[in-house]
Amino acid sequence: MIVELGHYALVLALALSVLQTVVPFVGARTGDTRQMAMAPNLAFAVFAAIALSFGVLTWGYVASDFSILNVWENSNSQQPLLFKFTGVWGNHEGSMMLWILILSLFGALVAFFGSNLPPSLRAMVISVQGLIATAFTGFILFTSNPFTRLSPAPLEGQDLNPILQDVGLAIHPPLLYLGYVGFSVCFAFAIAALVEGRIDAAWARWVRPWTLTAWIFLTAGIAMGSYWAYYELGWGGWWFWDPVENASFMPWLAGTALLHSALVMEKREALKVWTILLAILAFSLSLLGTFLVRSGVLTSVHAFASDPTRGVVILAILVFFIGGALILFALRSSTLSNGGLFHPISREGALLLNNLILTTAAATVFVGTLYPLAIEALTGEKISVGAPYFDATFAPLMIPLLLAVPFGPLLAWKRGDLFGAAQRLYVFAGIAILAGLVTLYLATGAPVLAAIGVTIGFWLIVGAFAEVWQKSGLPKAGVRTAMARLSGLPRSVWGTAFAHAGLGVITLGIVSVSAFQEEHVLRMAPGDTTDLSGFSVLFEGMEPRQGPNYTENVATFQVSRDGKQIATINPAKRIYTARRMPTTEAGIHTRGFSQIYIALGDPVEGSNQIVVRLWWKPDVTLIWFGPILMVIGGLFSLSDRRLRIGAPVPSARRRQVLAAAE
Amino acid sequence: MRRFLAACALLLVTATAAYAVNPDEMLDDPALEARARTISEKLRCLVCQNQSIDASDADLAHDLRVIVRERLTAGDTDEQVLDYVVARYGEFVLLEPRFSARNMLLWGTPLLGLLLGGAAIIVLFRNRAGAAAATGLSREEEERLSKILADGEGSDH
Repeated sequence: MIVELGHYALVLALALSVLQTVVPFVGARTGDTRQMAMAPNLAFAVFAAIALSFGVLTWGYVASDFSILNVWENSNSQQPLLFKFTGVWGNHEGSMMLWILILSLFGALVAFFGSNLPPSLRAMVISVQGLIATAFTGFILFTSNPFTRLSPAPLEGQDLNPILQDVGLAIHPPLLYLGYVGFSVCFAFAIAALVEGRIDAAWARWVRPWTLTAWIFLTAGIAMGSYWAYYELGWGGWWFWDPVENASFMPWLAGTALLHSALVMEKREALKVWTILLAILAFSLSLLGTFLVRSGVLTSVHAFASDPTRGVVILAILVFFIGGALILFALRSSTLSNGGLFHPISREGALLLNNLILTTAAATVFVGTLYPLAIEALTGEKISVGAPYFDATFAPLMIPLLLAVPFGPLLAWKRGDLFGAAQRLYVFAGIAILAGLVTLYLATGAPVLAAIGVTIGFWLIVGAFAEVWQKSGLPKAGVRTAMARLSGLPRSVWGTAFAHAGLGVITLGIVSVSAFQEEHVLRMAPGDTTDLSGFSVLFEGMEPRQGPNYTENVATFQVSRDGKQIATINPAKRIYTARRMPTTEAGIHTRGFSQIYIALGDPVEGSNQIVVRLWWKPDVTLIWFGPILMVIGGLFSLSDRRLRIGAPVPSARRRQVLAAAE
Repeated sequence: MRRFLAACALLLVTATAAYAVNPDEMLDDPALEARARTISEKLRCLVCQNQSIDASDADLAHDLRVIVRERLTAGDTDEQVLDYVVARYGEFVLLEPRFSARNMLLWGTPLLGLLLGGAAIIVLFRNRAGAAAATGLSREEEERLSKILADGEGSDH
């Protein structure tokens, strides 16, 4: 009965989504205020219906109701409660439910916070959101219904995929989807602007918090996914350039570009057309990611063709939204007026360079991810595009961008002074180069490339705070004056500083772990000791243990240095009872920013030895601390005063001034 | 009984899985082994999804790792080893596709992106420069206007 209620709520959500699409749209086009005023309530209603439906599915999982096919396929009564709960989105149907739950949440949030928007713009944005909700709710109901029943109900479920039985699943997909789907708001704003034919600095100011929110979640989601893969998959890699990762990385690149170009539009009313296009692209790439991950096309074009229903429907949705948006863009973008002028060497110019490189990077990832599919579809030949390709193309693109980052905030709007900026940065450059030289000195025989990498990392970190430093007036101004000035700075300045510094922190982590990591693969018997980067690691032995829904063999390693015991590390090999599936649980000990990482291989036949893989990963955690800094930066920017006050006062004054000047 | 089942499962598993590079595969010569590792990272495990043979635990990956090391010990250059593997398994085995006419677009994308984007930006500035001349404001007036605008923005960053 409860399950039918959830099913009914989902059908209701589809019907309400259609209303949410049609009524506000008609209202906005005909100027009917009553119809426009219905938009927020419809958005709330759709959210309520989907939330109810999602809640029922969650109940099915928590209560282990195996009469629901989806629960039977992906859950088990022995699973810990957390994994019963997260199992809801650990499968195709459930993850699509999470997708539309978040989509409708954003729709409701726009309705809730949108009271300062012009009514027709708000109605139009909510209408576009409704159209997306209609498409995906329909997709779920007609091709991926999570409420399909089984009769008679089996006694026990088939268990969640063991690799997914981890806290990571509780955090990673929701964060990632909040990011992915968050860009739907930017998309809706872009479509609304194109339909309305009006776009100005105020538009950019309204879109900015949504872009920032989506970007913050996506950044956190990708970083979290990277750490999850790092400790769960057991071979110590943190980024694999896997198509699924690329699917989330492309919207991030486009979203980062959007964040920067919207800044130009907000301040200077320039790059309007381009910003609209980026808003469309960011969400289009999110849709593409959904398609790639959900259609099975990645395994092979043929796997996709063997069960094409879902894939074809998502592809149709993809073509409809992306194609429709681009056609609308082509038809209407010429009506948008051009904005302010600027010199190539200026803040705008720097942001344009950022956009050029980020979108080229996104295009590279896009082509690299889809090339094998295209080649297979066109010629039938199979090729692979993997990590070595992306390393070879992505890194050279990023280096000029990273070098340019500290200059950006120091250049003035309209016409900047590159020489002046360089003069203000040379101390920071000196610090960075010094750091590189110290690296060469400390790590004798360090590759020159590593020293250059360290220099770039430090350049980004100290350079990020150049603007703050300059504005503080230090060292000339007294400490007290400086503090007063700093506390008076707009929060977005701090946001920029933290986010850019985060980029430097990531760079340091990547360089350090790729240049200085140590790896040992060897056979060890209980009692054996091995050296790892100055540590002594003793293998004590293995013992079996019984988990809630798995059995495991846990190894104990004692790590010591100069005879002093430091840590105990317990990697394990597990067998999940329901699926008989083995997994490797890495043992990790964190020291400062570095980690000792131990994973177990196979027992050696005919002996008491086991293959052990040990890594010393220097500064590896910086790779994930960097994104945390970026998220903090994003939050600072989000809390900036100018995003909280509704009325864009300076723009209004600017118009008066312009009117007076004419 | 339960324990027994678990033991059976473990046996079953150890019979099929071998985790990535194993000590018994590794070469004694560290320089040669380092080359083998680098080459392994460029070769795809054919039965896995987007995994190099260096990271994969599949049997086929093990076989390929052994082949790579055999060729290296026989005195092949890195390029010869890759050619040898490609001749047997096709270009699908390469994680880094070769520079060829078919892969031109793939390798050309970064450069093409920068060139097209750069060209678009140059065109934009050309047009803007033309448009600027058309506003009819003298340089002095432009500066005065921007000064007024800057004052208008006040403390707004």
